[in-house]
Amino acid sequence: MSLDRTARRAAYVALAVVPVAVVAVFFVLPVGAMLHRGLWPEGRFAPGAVLDVLARPRTGRVLWFTLWTSTLATTLAVALGLPAAYVLHRLRFPGRAVVRAALLVPFVLPTVVVGLAVRELIAPSGILGFLGLDGTPAAIVAGLVFFNVAVVIRTVGVAWESLDRRPGEAAAALGASPWQVFRTVTFPALRPAVVSAASVVFLFCATAFGVVLVLGGVRYSSVETEIYLLTADLLDLPAAAALSLVQMLAVVVLLVVVGRLRAVPDPTVRRASAAPARPHLRDLPAVAVTAATLVAVALPVLALVVGSLRRDGHWTLDFYRALGGSADGLFEVSLAHALLASLRIAVDATWMSLLLGLAVAFLVTRRVRSRGGRRARAVLDGFFMLPLGVSAVTLGFGFLIALDSPPLDLRASPLLVPVAQALVALPIVVRTLVPVLAGIDDRQRQAAASLGAGPLRTLLTVDLAVVWRPVLAAAGFAFAVSLGEFGATSFIVRPAEPTLPVVIYRLLGHPGPLNHGSALAASVVLAALTAAVILVVERLRVPGTGAW
Amino acid sequence: MLELSDVSVAFEGTRAVDGVDLRVADGDVLAVLGPSGCGKSTLLRAVAGLEPATGTIAWDGADLRGTPTHRRGFALMFQDGQLFDHLTVARNVGYAQRLRGLSRAAVRAEVGDLLDLVGLSGYAERLPRTLSGGERQRVALARSLAAKPRLLLLDEPLSALDAGLRVRLAADLRRILVESGTTALLVTHDQDEAFAVADRLAVMRAGRIVQEGPTAEVWAAPADPGTAAFLGYPHVLREDAAATLLRLAGRPPVPGAVVAVRASAVVAGPGEGQPATVRSFRLTPDGARLVVDVDGVGPLDGEGVPGWTAAPGERVAVRVDGGGVALLTPDASGS
Amino acid sequence: MRIRALTGLTALALLAGGCSLVGQEDDGAQGVKQTQVTLVTHESFDLPKDLVATFEKDTGYDLKISKLADAGTLTNQLVLTKDKPVGDVVFGIDNAFATRAIEEGVFSGYAPALPAGAEQYELPGDGDDALTPVDTGAVCVNVDSAWFRDQGVPEPQTLDDLTKPAYRDLFVVPAASTSSPGLAFLLATIGRYGEDWTGYWKRLVANGTKVVKGWTEAYFEDFTFSGGDRPIVVSYDSSPAFTLDKAGRKTSTRALLDGCFRQVEYAGVLKSGSTNTDGAHAVIDWLLSPEVQAALPGSMYVFPVAEDTTLPAEWAEFAKRPEKTEQVDPAEIAEKRKAWLEEWTDLTSR
Repeated sequence: MSLDRTARRAAYVALAVVPVAVVAVFFVLPVGAMLHRGLWPEGRFAPGAVLDVLARPRTGRVLWFTLWTSTLATTLAVALGLPAAYVLHRLRFPGRAVVRAALLVPFVLPTVVVGLAVRELIAPSGILGFLGLDGTPAAIVAGLVFFNVAVVIRTVGVAWESLDRRPGEAAAALGASPWQVFRTVTFPALRPAVVSAASVVFLFCATAFGVVLVLGGVRYSSVETEIYLLTADLLDLPAAAALSLVQMLAVVVLLVVVGRLRAVPDPTVRRASAAPARPHLRDLPAVAVTAATLVAVALPVLALVVGSLRRDGHWTLDFYRALGGSADGLFEVSLAHALLASLRIAVDATWMSLLLGLAVAFLVTRRVRSRGGRRARAVLDGFFMLPLGVSAVTLGFGFLIALDSPPLDLRASPLLVPVAQALVALPIVVRTLVPVLAGIDDRQRQAAASLGAGPLRTLLTVDLAVVWRPVLAAAGFAFAVSLGEFGATSFIVRPAEPTLPVVIYRLLGHPGPLNHGSALAASVVLAALTAAVILVVERLRVPGTGAW
Repeated sequence: MLELSDVSVAFEGTRAVDGVDLRVADGDVLAVLGPSGCGKSTLLRAVAGLEPATGTIAWDGADLRGTPTHRRGFALMFQDGQLFDHLTVARNVGYAQRLRGLSRAAVRAEVGDLLDLVGLSGYAERLPRTLSGGERQRVALARSLAAKPRLLLLDEPLSALDAGLRVRLAADLRRILVESGTTALLVTHDQDEAFAVADRLAVMRAGRIVQEGPTAEVWAAPADPGTAAFLGYPHVLREDAAATLLRLAGRPPVPGAVVAVRASAVVAGPGEGQPATVRSFRLTPDGARLVVDVDGVGPLDGEGVPGWTAAPGERVAVRVDGGGVALLTPDASGS
Repeated sequence: MRIRALTGLTALALLAGGCSLVGQEDDGAQGVKQTQVTLVTHESFDLPKDLVATFEKDTGYDLKISKLADAGTLTNQLVLTKDKPVGDVVFGIDNAFATRAIEEGVFSGYAPALPAGAEQYELPGDGDDALTPVDTGAVCVNVDSAWFRDQGVPEPQTLDDLTKPAYRDLFVVPAASTSSPGLAFLLATIGRYGEDWTGYWKRLVANGTKVVKGWTEAYFEDFTFSGGDRPIVVSYDSSPAFTLDKAGRKTSTRALLDGCFRQVEYAGVLKSGSTNTDGAHAVIDWLLSPEVQAALPGSMYVFPVAEDTTLPAEWAEFAKRPEKTEQVDPAEIAEKRKAWLEEWTDLTSR
């Protein structure tokens, strides 16, 4: 073992320590504390209570409901997302960037707003009220699809756009019809991306909180809302711990399986970005599905906008005017103030998740020779995806009970909220950066080194030079996610500095049509802001990269 | 001077490079020639410090163990150039100079000179993706030279190019290396490239160096039949056939000689010469290529005299040119 | 282009630096001289700003109001963090949750002088003066009188009426598991029907009763007054004071005074070594002061506990209060709440 390699290994370990420590303190510790309370009630280990919970018929119903709604929503999201991915990433038409950004918006919208938007639409008084969907599982599935179709479009679209056309053309030259080309050549090439997208969507569906909470009413409970109910309302911590464990276990299994399915023999293939083509007549079905998806995504948002502009049957800007001052004197903070707080928190959450994400992405894309090293890398990779799979309420309450004494007396720290949001955004940041970093041919770095560039210079001149646009794009996503984060934030936000989603949620909890209208107006503002951020991100994106 | 002694590189148990000893004197260009998969690229990467190796890699007597790639002063030029796509040609070429902290003006001047040297003046502001394969390799070469390397490592620098371009660029490469007085280690599977560029030749097979010496010497005396075959000798003859061939070539007899003969040394046609039967005949732009069964020797690849054709089964006369006949080293000839 | 990008990035970084919260001080509860007092409350808490300013001026304390969650979650949060509470004093624990919190030892006792009429709202069984009543309100079924008049259907009068075919698919309730008025309504039915409350709820569900997550959804989305399609909703006895016509002379809804459950909201001092006890006492005294009591109806839609408080005119006229409410012993609530909720959830959800 040469000195140089030892030093490099030490540097990698040092690089790993920071993100691991952050995740340990702000994720493992709080979640561990909650599990501890549940599994060791009265200080004694009592797994009996856990088994007891799992044997309840209600638990079985909740698990089954979560499973089938998530599966159905995932299937629908993939079915709608695939044609849209094709249209938006392989075809060329005016306004493509705007449509792409528009379809991405639901994903970064706060779940509270998503729920509100869909409800505005399907509530008895809404445009689609006649369908009688309100409070049915169909509404939940619709909400989940609305929220997640963007993930499919993006992940698959990015893979599709960098797909080499020539194998498909070769198949066509051998007599394959367009459908056969898709089935035998295109789809197999896209399968890793589709599997990846479907698994992420399934994960988001199965752990959805806000959407199910707002749309499911109380009739339907998913694992996530059940954990919320058990923790926040019933204070039945053993039961909550039991469900949390089941959830985490399922998420880990899912991540492992997906990791296997997604593994590509050679991740450093050069990306061949094909120029998008003009739409053909044969693209009509795909275009139609995309248009329908666009309408389906636009309708709830439209309902939201209309709702925010109408009062007592008249068009009005009253609700927007109310945003400036504190509505009806109800709040000690105005919505403008909350927006400012949201923005400031988002700035901090963004740089934090970027720093952490860069370190993680850098580590997991290093070439590793030994099998042990590869395994360590895979574990590290999975470790940072864990926040996706843990209930926000567990995390939120965990913060309150785990971070209450020195040296970790952080409950009142202004940085607690940004840190929590950074953790939520971390998986997306990592997923945005990893493909780009992995796509850099290692020989580029070697070429730089052989020309005399040290490791730092190599990093600056090769890695950073390629990665700065995706980094900005990841920053945009982190920013948008932070702006919309509600679950964990609602538990730890400093009362004097509530974020906009928290205020929207509170407004909804207050009587008065002005408050309801203001909540709608604030949601529109928040949606517009996130949409703008996403539009900028789209401009910065490097074609062929940036999948989750 | 680069000195390798007993250098080995192992990948998960298999030895890609196996006990290699080599030296490259200052100002020399050494080509390591071998079939693909023989370990030559791994050897090159080990010299660059990109693969962990055992044995000693030394420069001017100083062991390079523990010296990271960027401190070795060995510029490596890849088969596909590995230009930085996000930088212009000028910035690619000036990369190493900027690392050294040269002034803007100095960098610009030097980049201009180097682009002139590789025949790409006026390309400074182009982006790599707008260049052809040959142009990209020239830029990569200029970028490597700009680092003023103690040793230039070239990994199949021309093999990605088409045949005609390869010949022209090989000559250019030779000229540029000689003009700039660069010490270089080149690995290639293409003997023409090796002969055109290198002063010295090392033949590598299955991780080992089987022969090393001045290009002409190696070419004239392959160490063994395998090497001979790789160096473009299609036939190796022994015993009576060897003795007959030596006689036909006008060379003194050597007892027990093993003889390799190039196709270009066997000329068939009408008139005087050793009788032979045509097995096959084919015309090419450069003249006829044929296989002849030479009486007392056996089947040989040969060429026809210009303007002459023959049909299979026809009896012809064969003359052998002594310059295309190599005597294999006796101790290796048994293998 | 590079330079421009770099400039942009630098500007962005500077901007970000300016916005960052890094370097801001923690606003931890451990004030140096205990001049700060932190009131923990639920998110519906609201009082006019000038009252807060007056309190701060009169007492010299810096009042920090920490709105945590809804009423039920608030209690659980206090229980979870009882080793190191997040404030000095709490307001907003109601009688459905109070006993649980007392049993967990969340409070230290304080017995202020109660205003006239407040003693009737003291929590039964609270011998250590852990909690002080501040406001009250009754959760009652509300009906949209205008709708029933238009449809020519007689309004329901009792809880039993709600299970009759005439009122099929007309009733919407907030969930007992996720909303405080929802739980109050469940307790009202338990008080009324005793062990047979499950039978009543089965009949309700069979008669098309809709259960929604919160009172907001029920009142502002499903209730016909707000444009929904259900003219019967669980709300408060004070709600009719908010459904006045333009002239403010008539209200179009009515609270059903049969089968109401009284909610009382309490304040209490949080027990901890670092509690600003004097400050906490001052806050409770302030909440009982005539000014705050008078502001409660307008700000939080509840009745003050001080009986000699002047109510707003429209309250006096339209907010009819039930003379009799359903009773459930707080100790029994503490003991059985979880089981009831589980049973209720099973009855109403699939």
